[in-house]
Amino acid sequence: MTRRSVRFLLDDELHDLSDFEPTMTLLEWLRLDRRRIGTKEGCAEGDCGACTIVVGQLVDGAVSYAAINSCIRLLATLDGCQILTVESLARDGVLHPIQQALVDLHGSQCGFCTPGFVMSLLAMHLEEGAPDNQRVEDVIAGNLCRCTGYRPIVDAALAACDGKANDAITTARATISARLAGLHDDATVEIAGAKSRLFAPASVADFASLYAEHSDAVVLAGGTDAGLWITKELKRPKILISLARLDELRRIEDAGSAIAFGAMVDLNRVRKALADIHPHLDELMRRFGSEQIRNAGTIGGNVANGSPIGDLPPALIALDARVGLRRGDERRELPLDSFFLDYRKQDRRPGEFVERIMVPTLPANALFHASKVSKRFDEDITAVCGVFRLLLDAKGIVTDARLAFGGMAGIPKRAAQAEAALIDQVWSATSAEAAAQALSQDFAPLSDWRGSARYRSVVAANLLRRFAIETASSQAPTRVAGLLRNLADA
Amino acid sequence: MEIGGQDHFYLEGHIALAIPGEDRDVTVYSSTQHPTEVQHMVSHALGVPSHAVTVEVRRMGGAFGGKETQGNLFACIAAIAAKKLGRAVKCRPDRDEDMIATGKRHDFVADYDIGFDADGRILAADFVLAARCGFSSDLSGPVTDRALFHCDNAYFYPAVRAVSEPLRTHTVSNTAFRGFGGPQGVLAAERVIEEIAFATGRDALDIRKLNFYGVSDRNVAPYHQTIEDNIIGQLVEQLEVSSDYRARRVEIRDWNARNRIVKRGLALTPVKFGISFTASWFNQAGALVLVYADGSVQINHGGTEMGQGLHQKIAQIVANEFQIDVGRIRITATNTGKVPNTSATAASSGADLNGMAAVDACRKIKLAMSEFLAAHWKVSTDSIVFDRNRVTSGAHSMSFSQATQAAYMARVPLSATGFYKTPKIHWDRASGRGHPFYYFSYGAAVAETSVDTLTGEYRVERVDILHDVGRSLNPALDRGQIEGGFVQGQGWLTTEELWWDDKGRLRTHAPSTYKIPVASDRPRIFNVELADWSENREPTVYRSKAVGEPPLMLAITVLHALSDAVASVADHKICPRLDAPATPERVLFAIERLRAMSNAGAAA
Repeated sequence: MTRRSVRFLLDDELHDLSDFEPTMTLLEWLRLDRRRIGTKEGCAEGDCGACTIVVGQLVDGAVSYAAINSCIRLLATLDGCQILTVESLARDGVLHPIQQALVDLHGSQCGFCTPGFVMSLLAMHLEEGAPDNQRVEDVIAGNLCRCTGYRPIVDAALAACDGKANDAITTARATISARLAGLHDDATVEIAGAKSRLFAPASVADFASLYAEHSDAVVLAGGTDAGLWITKELKRPKILISLARLDELRRIEDAGSAIAFGAMVDLNRVRKALADIHPHLDELMRRFGSEQIRNAGTIGGNVANGSPIGDLPPALIALDARVGLRRGDERRELPLDSFFLDYRKQDRRPGEFVERIMVPTLPANALFHASKVSKRFDEDITAVCGVFRLLLDAKGIVTDARLAFGGMAGIPKRAAQAEAALIDQVWSATSAEAAAQALSQDFAPLSDWRGSARYRSVVAANLLRRFAIETASSQAPTRVAGLLRNLADA
Repeated sequence: MEIGGQDHFYLEGHIALAIPGEDRDVTVYSSTQHPTEVQHMVSHALGVPSHAVTVEVRRMGGAFGGKETQGNLFACIAAIAAKKLGRAVKCRPDRDEDMIATGKRHDFVADYDIGFDADGRILAADFVLAARCGFSSDLSGPVTDRALFHCDNAYFYPAVRAVSEPLRTHTVSNTAFRGFGGPQGVLAAERVIEEIAFATGRDALDIRKLNFYGVSDRNVAPYHQTIEDNIIGQLVEQLEVSSDYRARRVEIRDWNARNRIVKRGLALTPVKFGISFTASWFNQAGALVLVYADGSVQINHGGTEMGQGLHQKIAQIVANEFQIDVGRIRITATNTGKVPNTSATAASSGADLNGMAAVDACRKIKLAMSEFLAAHWKVSTDSIVFDRNRVTSGAHSMSFSQATQAAYMARVPLSATGFYKTPKIHWDRASGRGHPFYYFSYGAAVAETSVDTLTGEYRVERVDILHDVGRSLNPALDRGQIEGGFVQGQGWLTTEELWWDDKGRLRTHAPSTYKIPVASDRPRIFNVELADWSENREPTVYRSKAVGEPPLMLAITVLHALSDAVASVADHKICPRLDAPATPERVLFAIERLRAMSNAGAAA
């Protein structure tokens, strides 16, 4: 069954659109069609946050709000959603409390970034209790301001977001939830434009057969990378398939000694689940992209995309995760570290897709460490990421070592020589040093704007040393920022 | 010393909309700090007189110097196309095109030779400041001049030679950026102080204080202007106490002795910044004030709004002159058809110049109204008082809007142009002598950083700022400029790195690759105070001082605090010579270099 239109709410107004180019972004539609010009384009790559809007989606029957970048989100992928923009907020000339706080506390200078900040803070305000400074910084890490220096914006956020949202959006939640439920159907959405055709199937089975048929299609999960192929590289793929409607792939299942993630679990939910495995993973995921990117991006997309510097694959490889692949009705499963073959090349056959990721929890005899190093702490692409898991026997001797690195090779990769240097050794500063020395045989990294080859090599080795230092004493200050910052006077 | 460039990264990129009019006319809506120059460029491109071109700017989404000349290109393209096609044309580069095609802050290489005595007092200074200018001169001449004007920062050099080398290169043509070469000069001066501190083994703050300009002696700048308003000594004394500098210095040394991986650093750096365009003719401004019969007021002036709050300051000035509520006043878009021959809103001069022009216009109208009311009430003109939305003379009183209505009925002119030119300034570039700056703005900042010696990553833990804005026109706006300027300066000196590949292509041309500060980069503790005791010695508008550019240079303290943390790995015996931007990579390699030198020294 096919439906040749996309249906969604803009505020409380139903839109049923059929005649448009499916590569049109949400931002383009808002600004050019709806003249909602409060939403801005600052970079067209999901990095500056000026285009931030809030999207409402049904989760277990109730609407849930999240901030996303409208510049890289295709309009056609929003079927069944509600969209809120900065124009949704002021009622009868009265500003929303977040807007009023920004005015009162001088949180806006040139004003170009302001609507994006408002929308990032709105999503937080609608979904969570009163935030602390750290939470505000995380929520706006994907919103750049070049004028204020941020202090007044953070102050306004803390003043306005008291955990008791009582605005018009909050009071309309039940009505909106019911209306979004009414938009749900089982038909495959198909939007045909002059250059591209987009499908948004409603079930995994439908997707599997569609993709088997159109194996050259661009598959959109969160679209946080593929969106840029359209906005930056000006590509117009012939066929696009959006997974946005596949709630079946949004499940997180407890499989005893492992967590099974559906491919469409967004990165913020991945963060919460991985945080239970180890606090370092909480910090690693806190620094993955921005709040907006984590709301849109998915675990399956991050794995299937195969970026050499993706933050999640090194962690998943170190945890000995397995990837579940599917083509049509045919399924197979393989260890994640054998999935990545070469730069942007994976062990994935035409029409085959990542359906789920199984992530083992840590055995009781495991030591674990994750570090991300980038030029800027928040919202930056990794220079070097190191995630390590050691299994020790009762005498403290290493029986199994998984040292996974990002940014060191064309793919996320284990350091075989360094691992070998640790096996059958007592884990200590001495054995860490041997492993650090062995790294030079494992990697010959590239130089680019994120770091020179030499910097990457030195840091990768130092991350192993940091691991040993942190194992020896959890009190020694070894990190200057983030959740793991421990600067108590030693 | 190598000093990196910086992209402006205004959140709104360049844009121009040209609408063709009748005959040769065209109206251009441009994101420019300099509407008059856009007018000149468009008229040149179209071969028409200036009167045929109207340029309007409502506001810009940030500019920072990046829209002083760089908007010309896009405005001209739009105007030519609009006239050719006979229809409106909009021209907007996307972020990548904008960052690749438009000029940036000049990167510099600064060489220095310094003579100093055993106490660390500077005897002679010799600077060569080389700048990458790019393929055209643009503003590089005045930028490199201003670098020379500021290679003294707040310090007296008894003998000095300072030479600039503006280098023509095959790269993008660099341009104005907040500070306009001044920050690079100040950075060189502060490196010199740091070198002397390491050479003498004294605390850098003591070297700074030893070399500050004097108040009544040791007060002549290298360009032969006597510094008449020096308050840096008092300002730094106050900050030293309020920031608890000395006690924290001891604490940090102690902390570093006990911690192997994370090291801390502390620094205090001053800023003295000369206010005025060094091209003297730019130091003029015009304003047009229109009072309507209903008592509402419209004001247009030559300055542009880019987020700095200039229009709010001007509105306050007009409200103050007429003693009416600021809500009665509307500032219109900057328009070359209302105020001609304007200067760029640049050199921190927007409120100084346009504020005084607005005052001039307001006083003309007040005089006309006063003369009319004096005749009407049969009192002296001097007795007419504008106060709290009313106009009064003894027992006579009417509301401001009654007064404007009555003046209109009596055929009294209620509009006026105002004009201002900065007094006292002159500059002879050939002889290097003159009085290029009307006055100086001062400030100082203390930064504390922590550095991870395994990765080079760092955090700005605390910053204390004491800054001089004279008598503030608007403390909230001034604080916004100080904090915003500081964080922008911090970005320049830390994570903002322009990276070209081996084929000469800029590879950091979007926010994914070019990293300006985000919220979590701002100092963990951020104490900002205005020097509320300061007032401008010169009769500027209400004795205020300029605030746009000087605070950017307060962030130099961050580089020095990082350097201090790095120096701790070699027991503060070796000057780290940490260049900018101090990316985590540069910091880590400085640490490695110092450790190697220290070990080699110990072995020898």
